[in-house]
Amino acid sequence: MTLKEKIEAANAETLRRITAADPVLVDVAPAAEVIPGMRDRLMLHSGPPVDWARMCGAQRGAAIGMCLFEGWAKDPREAERMIAAGEITFEPNHHHSTVGPMAGTITSNMWVWVVENKAFGNRAYCRQVESFQQFGDYSRDALAALGTWRDVWGPALRAAVRRMGGVPIKQMVARALLMGDEMHNRVVASSSIFSNAVAPLFVELGLPKEQAVSTLYYTGNHPFLFLGISMAAAKACVDPARGVEASSVVTAMARNGTEFGIQVSGLDGEWFTAPAPRVNGLLLPGWKEEDAGLDMGDSAITETVGWGGFVIGGAPGILSFTGGTAEQALAYSRDMRAISVGRSPDYLMPALDFEGTAVGIDIRKVVQTGMVPVIDTAIAHKEPGHGIIGGGIVRPPIECFTKALKRFAEKYKG
Amino acid sequence: MAEPLKDLLQGKPVFVNVGVREFGDTLRAAGYDVLHVDWSPPAGGNAEMAALLDDLL
Amino acid sequence: MARITVVRKNRYFDSVFLMQVARRIAGQPGVNDASALLATDANKKVLTELGYGQEGHDADFAAAGPNDLVLALEGEETAVRAVAADPEAWLRRSTAASAATGAAREPRSLREAVEMRPDSSVAVISVPGQYAAREARAALDEGLNVFLFSSNVSVEDELSLKRAARDRGLVVMGPDCGTAFLCGAGIGFANAVRRGPIGIVGSSGTGMQEFSSLVHAAGSGISHAIGTGSRDLSDAIGGISTLTAIDALEADPATSVIAILSKPPGESATQKLMERLARCHKPVVLCLLGAAAMPAETGSLLTASVIDDAVEMALRKAGLGGPARPRPSRDALRAQAAAEVARMRPAQRHVRGLFAGGTFCYQSQAIFRGAGLVVYSNSPIHGMSQLADPRVSLESSFVDMGAEIFVEGRPHPMIDATLRRTRLAAEGEDPSVALVLLDFILGAISSRDPVGDLVPAIRAVRESARRRGDHVTVVGSVCGTDADAQGLEAQTGALADAGVLVFPSNAQAAAFCREAALLLAARKEVR
Repeated sequence: MTLKEKIEAANAETLRRITAADPVLVDVAPAAEVIPGMRDRLMLHSGPPVDWARMCGAQRGAAIGMCLFEGWAKDPREAERMIAAGEITFEPNHHHSTVGPMAGTITSNMWVWVVENKAFGNRAYCRQVESFQQFGDYSRDALAALGTWRDVWGPALRAAVRRMGGVPIKQMVARALLMGDEMHNRVVASSSIFSNAVAPLFVELGLPKEQAVSTLYYTGNHPFLFLGISMAAAKACVDPARGVEASSVVTAMARNGTEFGIQVSGLDGEWFTAPAPRVNGLLLPGWKEEDAGLDMGDSAITETVGWGGFVIGGAPGILSFTGGTAEQALAYSRDMRAISVGRSPDYLMPALDFEGTAVGIDIRKVVQTGMVPVIDTAIAHKEPGHGIIGGGIVRPPIECFTKALKRFAEKYKG
Repeated sequence: MAEPLKDLLQGKPVFVNVGVREFGDTLRAAGYDVLHVDWSPPAGGNAEMAALLDDLL
Repeated sequence: MARITVVRKNRYFDSVFLMQVARRIAGQPGVNDASALLATDANKKVLTELGYGQEGHDADFAAAGPNDLVLALEGEETAVRAVAADPEAWLRRSTAASAATGAAREPRSLREAVEMRPDSSVAVISVPGQYAAREARAALDEGLNVFLFSSNVSVEDELSLKRAARDRGLVVMGPDCGTAFLCGAGIGFANAVRRGPIGIVGSSGTGMQEFSSLVHAAGSGISHAIGTGSRDLSDAIGGISTLTAIDALEADPATSVIAILSKPPGESATQKLMERLARCHKPVVLCLLGAAAMPAETGSLLTASVIDDAVEMALRKAGLGGPARPRPSRDALRAQAAAEVARMRPAQRHVRGLFAGGTFCYQSQAIFRGAGLVVYSNSPIHGMSQLADPRVSLESSFVDMGAEIFVEGRPHPMIDATLRRTRLAAEGEDPSVALVLLDFILGAISSRDPVGDLVPAIRAVRESARRRGDHVTVVGSVCGTDADAQGLEAQTGALADAGVLVFPSNAQAAAFCREAALLLAARKEVR
């Protein structure tokens, strides 16, 4: 077999594993209970490895918030002191089968979504999605919401999900894609479908009325509820495809506001990083370009399995982020085909005549064409202490892919 | 070889044009099917990457 | 600085769409900032903090609720009032969106193209040389034949490509192939010729153009013209494409005569070629331009060293009569030349040929060499002299204006006459010049008016000579047909009107110049 043939075969195997995935939401639980390797004073974060010194403003704000949330510090100043003194260890979510949106900070008492890939038996985890703490807001209000998730909504959802024996995700995603969701920044339909599915359980389980009502309002009115589930599902789908010998498919795209990093199946364990890019987007009232932080979050895991920017052609609500024309959005979806290994048999785009979404980003094709994946994402402030300030489109730096390709050639050409 | 270049010399050729647009335009104007490739140098002109890709892709 | 709000009751819009609306408004001259939001309590709070809704008369804003839309505008009075006057205009989807057509997007690679059109059969490749081999290889891998216009492809790459083509039953026409004619489709620089029984295999584009134009002029036609690239019959390549083309034309029912046009091949390549031709069961006309010695003729193999001869032979073998117009005899040419030379002053001794077609430069040199004349050239054939600086003529010079030094970063002289115009003017200032020889090539990609492009310069040369008391004879030929857009008759007529001696082919034009050059040389010796 020539090297090319070997790579093609490996990629076919990687694609097979990703498309064979069967993600099921099985639990909602505290991180300490479920995340492998979780321990006290460990803080997981989004993106490739980064230390406090190089951490961006928003992620620092989020880290401070988690220290306060855990009660490790009484106030922000103490939190900063202890972090700077090295009393907290930082590790990427991805090193623990986990993903987190924006700053993605997870500590022991943070409740996370738990998705199991029934086809392979592996599990993945994602923290709750909200618009404040994960953007660097460590105010009392922001942390209070985290507390409610931990004490009220998380446990309610846990009970409901367990009672249901798990919630199959695949069909929900397939339906939602047909309804204009793209599973990253547009999850309105899927959030509604999920919310409807769990709602009766809160009553059936006889949860305390206040808890049931509060959770119903939460799940029923949270436009980004499903993002946590779709991220965990995407992670669970891709993880079995890690470590396929000679495969050039991307298994992770993750950002921490300082760097953009990718991981490749045939180069498992290695990160290929470049400085985080700017997000090209729209800002909420009162914010200006110079306020914006750089690209951040593990949420690009959705693009890694062919959702998000890869299906933007079918998500009319996100159009505005791409520059405003339907043609352009469709063109993006077509472009992603050129850099991917194959198509999904399950997830279809009605706007492209029900074509399957492109799946399996191939680093060779990215470098060959010069076309990098399209990711649509939210924007955080560059300084700690703020919530979401906007959203838009971001393209990973090609440098990540050229670095990876060089390493790939080194390893496999011998 | 049984019928060398039979596909080429019998029937109507279908063209893929890579490079100067005019070659394709001329054929199209003469009534032939031409697909023009929006070509750009491989690996964005990065010779080192293009060389790696020769063996990998 | 004005700050106003506009409320639209009971209007729901997608929040991201509203952000885009706000950005568009904010981009207007005179507008500092704009927001478009549903009037939820939280949003109203944000706007209030930004300084909106402060005026007492902003009752609408105060009354607005979560189902109502608020546009908050900040900027120069006139600018924000203008927006506020017609908020609906901003809330409509951008018309640019609807203007976008549903035109299919162009593929970005050969592979994508073949996915879109699996019945593709020929890749026409004209990318820069350093990328050409890669694209050609990709085309062969997709099962396409290759027309490779690009030059500067290495010998190694050419050999590798042609071997790969042979293995797959395909052909590589090139590199450096300017012309092909397949089933009536003219590729590259090709003339509009009718189809007919004569098939051509050629290493020279303009050579094939001249050959097919002369066949057309004689009332016959071309089945196919398969280009092989300029280096195919070198020993290094061994004639792979030539041999494939011969196989194809021998098997092709539309072809009854095979003409091969090339410069003299390498030694081992010649052997391979002759072995193959000996087995060919169709008549072959082998035209080796400028060959000193020709292989032996047989009943079905005729040889020629000049394109016009090859045309005549091919027409005869195809069972047709000779060309419509018989060629002038050597005596006739000499007489005509003498008449011109008689009007020239003693200082005028030199011939300057400025060629758009490399093959015409080559053939013209061969015709001169045959009479023992030596010329300078930037692409000298064996026995001729190398021009030290291609931009400066010496003595009698034949210049290939399509050579690398002239076309680097510029369009080819068949398309753009700028450099030939300049060079012509320079030759016109040189009192040693007696004759100027020019070629004009018609066809699809060529200039829309090759003759017209040079006529003013030609007139200037003759005028400048006249003022000196000299007589400069401008000689030309037009390669093309009546079916070409430029029109052979129109072009030839315009050339004659400009005072040029027009001949029906490059060979005849060069032959005339040869006679004149011989007379000029003789005149010099006598003195």
